[in-house]
Amino acid sequence: MPIDRSIHSVLIIGSGPIIIGQACEFDYSGSQAARSLREEGIKVILINSNPATIMTDPMMADKVYLLPLNVESIEQILQENQIDAVLPTMGGQTALNLCKEAEELGIWEKYNCRLIGVDVKAIDTAEDRDQFRQLMGRIGIKVAPSHVANSFLEGKEFAQQIGFPLVIRPSFTLGGTGGGFVHDKSELDAALKRGLEASPIHEVLVEKAVLGWKEFELELLRDKNDNVVIICTVENLDPMGVHTGDSITVAPAMTLSDTAYQEMRNQAILMMRSLGNFAGGCNVQFAMNPENEDIIAVEINPRVSRSSALASKATGYPIAKIAAKLAIGYNLDELKNQITQTTSAYFEPALDYVIVKMPRWNFDKFKGANDTLGLQMKSVGEVMAIGRCFNEALQKACQSLENDAVGLGYYGKSLMKNQELTEYIKTPKWDRIFRIKDALMQGTTVKSIVQATGIDQWFLYQIQKICTIEKEIKEHTLDDMPVELLKEAKVNGFSDVQISKLVKSQTSEDEVYDKRKSLGISRVYKMVDTCSAEFEAKTPYFYSTFEG
Amino acid sequence: MTSVNTPSAILMLQDGHVFYGQSFGKTGTVTGEICFNTGMTGYQEVFTDPSYTGQVLIMNNAHIGNYGVKKEDVESKSVTINGLIARNLESKYSRHMADGSLLDYCEEQNLVAIAGIDTRALVAHIRNKGAMNCLISTEITDLEEARKVLNDCPDMAGLELAGMVSTKEEYELGDPASPLKVSVLDFGVKQNILKCMTDRGMHLRVHPSKTSFKRLQEFNPTGYFLSNGPGDPAAMPYAVETIKEILAENKPVFGICLGHQLLALANNIATFKMHHGHRGLNHPVRNLVTGLCEITTQNHGFGVVPEEVNNHPEIEITHVNLNDNSIEGIRVKNKPAFSVQYHPEATPGPHDSRYLFDDFAKMMS
Repeated sequence: MPIDRSIHSVLIIGSGPIIIGQACEFDYSGSQAARSLREEGIKVILINSNPATIMTDPMMADKVYLLPLNVESIEQILQENQIDAVLPTMGGQTALNLCKEAEELGIWEKYNCRLIGVDVKAIDTAEDRDQFRQLMGRIGIKVAPSHVANSFLEGKEFAQQIGFPLVIRPSFTLGGTGGGFVHDKSELDAALKRGLEASPIHEVLVEKAVLGWKEFELELLRDKNDNVVIICTVENLDPMGVHTGDSITVAPAMTLSDTAYQEMRNQAILMMRSLGNFAGGCNVQFAMNPENEDIIAVEINPRVSRSSALASKATGYPIAKIAAKLAIGYNLDELKNQITQTTSAYFEPALDYVIVKMPRWNFDKFKGANDTLGLQMKSVGEVMAIGRCFNEALQKACQSLENDAVGLGYYGKSLMKNQELTEYIKTPKWDRIFRIKDALMQGTTVKSIVQATGIDQWFLYQIQKICTIEKEIKEHTLDDMPVELLKEAKVNGFSDVQISKLVKSQTSEDEVYDKRKSLGISRVYKMVDTCSAEFEAKTPYFYSTFEG
Repeated sequence: MTSVNTPSAILMLQDGHVFYGQSFGKTGTVTGEICFNTGMTGYQEVFTDPSYTGQVLIMNNAHIGNYGVKKEDVESKSVTINGLIARNLESKYSRHMADGSLLDYCEEQNLVAIAGIDTRALVAHIRNKGAMNCLISTEITDLEEARKVLNDCPDMAGLELAGMVSTKEEYELGDPASPLKVSVLDFGVKQNILKCMTDRGMHLRVHPSKTSFKRLQEFNPTGYFLSNGPGDPAAMPYAVETIKEILAENKPVFGICLGHQLLALANNIATFKMHHGHRGLNHPVRNLVTGLCEITTQNHGFGVVPEEVNNHPEIEITHVNLNDNSIEGIRVKNKPAFSVQYHPEATPGPHDSRYLFDDFAKMMS
């Protein structure tokens, strides 16, 4: 179906203030959506209470309202403007909640304004754990066994049935407040009590914890014709148990066989098609048992999210822009790939590089805060790095954190010894990746680190390569360093300053730079083009790398 | 250190370009037509796909070998590609269910591979200049000598390779009591195509590529299947003749990839050598009958000439490629015969198109 010509004006709801767990990703999606609709000749009216955003720049929309995100503001806007439709999926949970509130009060109906790109019932089903579980049961998708408990005794009974480890998730609390893991019986009573008290309706979900399983995310797009494509696969370096917003994540998935991936793809498509009737973006999370590759669905978010912003940047595929076009009636096969401008938007991006996203925490500003990572997101931002191999992307990410890290090495180097380190990395904390590298430098085996952290050994083997190169560099002065070693270091993401600090001789960053330049080791620039160079790209963006 | 101590290797293209990289696994010298695959999963299935016979394959994905190899993840008994080119080939892997590493597999399967290549630059070059022959060598350092060896590599156009990879002996698969009996013409069939048919209750007899129509008939089949395979379909007049006889019988016929091209040839539609082909797991196809779309697995360097299909009174186009409008599926009007250019069995790839095997089963019931 082509564009719905009865839509002349659309209201986009922004996400309001930037808070932990919901940040500038919605500014990105809102801006993209506004641009996408305006190029179709549709008038865009925008509301956001946060003026410090790109989307509220006067040139982004036809009319911008800097008003509190509440129903009074919505009503005012609807009174002042003829608005045909509202697109609430670009402003995160804040926009959706406001949209739902207005829906319950009959405001949209009163002003003859349609909801587009969303199915409120689908959102409810996705968010209500019990409804989600029931739907998955009906369509034959496995989820972690769980029970809703309304009393302490009920909770205890279910806990015994399900077995440890468990997760306690209180109902209707924001961002996982009051929830937590229960590793054994001794922790149960306190956790259950805390959870029930945190819930305004005295209700918790007692769920089997799949700690140590590998975590994956798929970003999908679906149109009105039920065509579905997978835009990006993301693998969490940290196993289940750490909030995805606090996990180091990698795209595309690094350790998935085709058999395992296609099973995930099939399930994600089935889930998305069974979840109401909407056109737009969606995110599905899975956990996989590494022993036998069994997978369970963790959650589905039928809207543009933090991960879709990442997936857009990671693949070059503008998810929010296309999602906005799907909301006004286009089908995927009627749209062009925005990067090549000649091929179809109905396709699945292919990557020939590796993306590493690393969260940025600010625990030094929150004195006394518990810095153990878990169900509740604690990072205040994130960096995304691109490389032609995992190590390059990982080290670039470390270099971009705007702290003292100049790569994976050389950052507040730990004085802990082997045994201590192995113990320390058992608990996920902000500096775990750096301590893992310290442990590998000291000769701790990959196997012990896998046991301590549950992190997939493939990533650890890669980090081991960084350690080997680092040790090798330490054996040399800049002058006697073999050209192959310098090249290998650059290919693996070592920065010039990092190398200057590692070599035996007193050396500056500039000296390393001059030396490698004289040897012809220079940056080359590659494109993020959605298609692994298969087609010519018209509007790609670039990243730098080193080729051997 | 990996690169300091690993032996080096060269990659030479027919047009004279030379790339230097590291040897991975088996040492030696190989030649073949260079092509690239953009898929991000399923490397082992790709390496063992008989349709790749005679080709040296670039894997565009940044890391290859991450999850090792597994006995079951194959499309034929052995590796079929002539050589492998990648940016990062991994000797250490992670998969509990795997049987070994890609490195050992390359050794075992005599696969000569080169790593450390700027595959992105190489792919862009092939995309612009088109398919050409190439050489990988871990032993030849003299470029003149390499050039001589490369010149001996035959051109893919006009090359008949199906006979080489087809089964030598007939064999049967599936439930002998099944009412659905399929005579399969094996031009280099992928294991999962056969599995997709036996999973739907079909009883198969798989025949060598040059089997006569009379012999195919002796199985008393309810339908015929024309398999995928390597090489130039125009170099297979024997198969075209057999397919003409099959069509005359008016029984259900289903063709995949090379089988699709042969079905076209049997209807006097010409095939052609593509500039650099389609190989990957993300090719968009629209089904013109239902209006729905599917993401498909593709692996072909030849295609059917669109104008000749468009103007053919007895052929209906059922599927088109959304990227370049190439012909992806045809149906013979007034006959139960259809074929697709892509791979509905996938492996590796999305399962969006497996309904075609159901269609075939329905056609025969």
